[in-house]
Amino acid sequence: MSTNSANGEANSSLLGRLRSPFEGPNTIGESRGFWVGFLVAVAALVVYPVFGDGSQLSLFMILALLGLSLSLVWGYSGVLSFGQVVFFGIGAYTFGVVSINFATPGGITAAVVAGIVGGGVSAAILGYFMFYGGVRDVYVTIITLVSTIVMHTFMAQTAGSEWAIGEAALGGFNGMPDIPLLTLGVEGASYQFIYNPFPMRIIGIGAFEISPFYYLVLVLLVGTYLALRVLVNSDYGRVMVAIREDEDRTEMFGYNVTRVKFIVFTLGGALAGLSGVLYAARNVYIDPTVFSLLFATLPVIWVSIGGRKSLLGAAVATLAVEYLRISMAGELALVLLGTLLLVTILVLPDGVVPWVHQRIVTARIGPGEDNGPNVPETSSEVSD
Amino acid sequence: MVNGINLALQFLDSFAFIVLAAAGLAIIFGIMGVINLAHGEFILIGAYTTTLAATQLGLPLVVAMVVGGVVTGVFGIITERVIISGAWPNWVSQRTLGRDVIEPLYDRLADSMVATFGLSLILTQGARIRFGNSIDQISTPFGAISYGSFSYSTYRIVLAGVSIGLLVATYYLFTRTDFGMRARATIQDKETAQAMGVNTDRMYMLTFGIGSALAGLTGALFAPVISMQPTLGDQFLVEAFVAVVVGGPSVVLGTALSGGVLGAILAVFSNLYGTFIGRIALLVAALIALRFLPEGITGFIEQVQKRRQESE
Repeated sequence: MSTNSANGEANSSLLGRLRSPFEGPNTIGESRGFWVGFLVAVAALVVYPVFGDGSQLSLFMILALLGLSLSLVWGYSGVLSFGQVVFFGIGAYTFGVVSINFATPGGITAAVVAGIVGGGVSAAILGYFMFYGGVRDVYVTIITLVSTIVMHTFMAQTAGSEWAIGEAALGGFNGMPDIPLLTLGVEGASYQFIYNPFPMRIIGIGAFEISPFYYLVLVLLVGTYLALRVLVNSDYGRVMVAIREDEDRTEMFGYNVTRVKFIVFTLGGALAGLSGVLYAARNVYIDPTVFSLLFATLPVIWVSIGGRKSLLGAAVATLAVEYLRISMAGELALVLLGTLLLVTILVLPDGVVPWVHQRIVTARIGPGEDNGPNVPETSSEVSD
Repeated sequence: MVNGINLALQFLDSFAFIVLAAAGLAIIFGIMGVINLAHGEFILIGAYTTTLAATQLGLPLVVAMVVGGVVTGVFGIITERVIISGAWPNWVSQRTLGRDVIEPLYDRLADSMVATFGLSLILTQGARIRFGNSIDQISTPFGAISYGSFSYSTYRIVLAGVSIGLLVATYYLFTRTDFGMRARATIQDKETAQAMGVNTDRMYMLTFGIGSALAGLTGALFAPVISMQPTLGDQFLVEAFVAVVVGGPSVVLGTALSGGVLGAILAVFSNLYGTFIGRIALLVAALIALRFLPEGITGFIEQVQKRRQESE
């Protein structure tokens, strides 16, 4: 990984060695300035609940995890999936069902794990079915889209009392209320994250309450982002990107393309499942709207606007678009969202964040050198 | 016996619904490599235009339907010029900025999907703001036929006839006319077609217009039998995509075959277990079909033909 010091910084320094697993050609941001900015942004998120609505931002950060899962699957491996919300919803429902049946701290902790596993396993089943069946490209997209609609149709008619798993009634369109409060740990040594604010007092600002759930989500989001950076900059990540760029050629080089896609899809499903668990835990409620066509397309919108080949873009755009969507309440909200989407994809097909990054790099090194040696020039590729 | 007639009528109904829902989408997807997620909203435009032309302007129903198709076709051409090919914005930007701002969306499947989804959001919400949550519906013409203790809307049977007529007309247009030959040449090899003197730009524009007009006509034809809401396009979208994908690369034949197969499954399962199971059966059948025929029905037929030729 010695190719990472694009700016000629000493790689042997402690900081350089610490940073190197997170950097590479597959993610943007490999300068000291980027990491300083990153720490500032995380610090801003840490103190945000003091000034703003932390409960709302925690929802956006949960959805950012869903955006990251799509960025991994679509942006890095080239599999456009409309089905991330399927795994999201299955994660959420699994969490709900297990935790309602075993409403003890240990049971709820197990429910979290069950939700993540549920998301991963459902993705593995669908992925096995598709990738080992030779389904490719846009057909994968259509199958995932159809799966979403199947789930929506199915969950919407589970209103009857026969649709209950143990004590948990699925509830059809009315959804599943009364999901137990998220508590992690075992009996005797557990901590409740929801509705358990601890009061704080800072001189000059006054008294306020902060929610431990917000920090749980923040830690998970930052941790996931960094872990995914390590993954996409590893050798495995390079294979993923190779598959995105040219599937047949990667196969020719002897990589098991089908298996890589299968594993990445499963991983993306588990991540979406985690996001769904947190979503259900935050709302203490889950209903079939998570499988609706609009919700299924939202991840695609976030990732397209932010830049699908950029993890940072996916996360930032999720926060920004969701904030816009909530704050533009009223009739015109959807019109503006649609216009934003349309203009972004037409004018900046690679997304906003990579475009901003390109501007910054050009401003610093000057034009002509903005494509470093690590960035393959797509237009110079030999066409087949 | 009565049940047999029921089943046959339900099959005709499902067949017409699937074929009409898919026709416009199949042309745009199969020929231009553009996934039009606003397809449902094109149907919406056709349905609303027809309804408003009939109720507000008092036009006869058939004329109103033609108006619905034409208006949607024109809207499709504008969409193609502004969004899909970006020709008009680029014409402006060439003169102001000196460069193109939009790269055409042809064969950029994912991007075209996202862009047209934005368009669909705008259109649905725009319709809701302008016309409210529903508008008055036209009454279903022709009355009903009755047999035994059952009765069935005649209009539904007319729809089945119209859908077959549309398939034949589209097939004729794309395989037997000069326009069809140019259009198919453009799809097969754009550069060569250009070298042979085909105006490929115009071909794309017209093809998109025809696809849109077909979607509009679908909306127009279904206007008397579905409720007029801004989200009415959604109910067509799923069947349309499933039929197009199951149909495979040969546009008209594929739509007809998948309409037949999926229509039969929908009719049988709806008849036996109710519409909900029917719908689920349709989607599951599509999943299974894609698993075993990744190229769709017509792709499979082509493969079989090729294999037979090789073995001879």
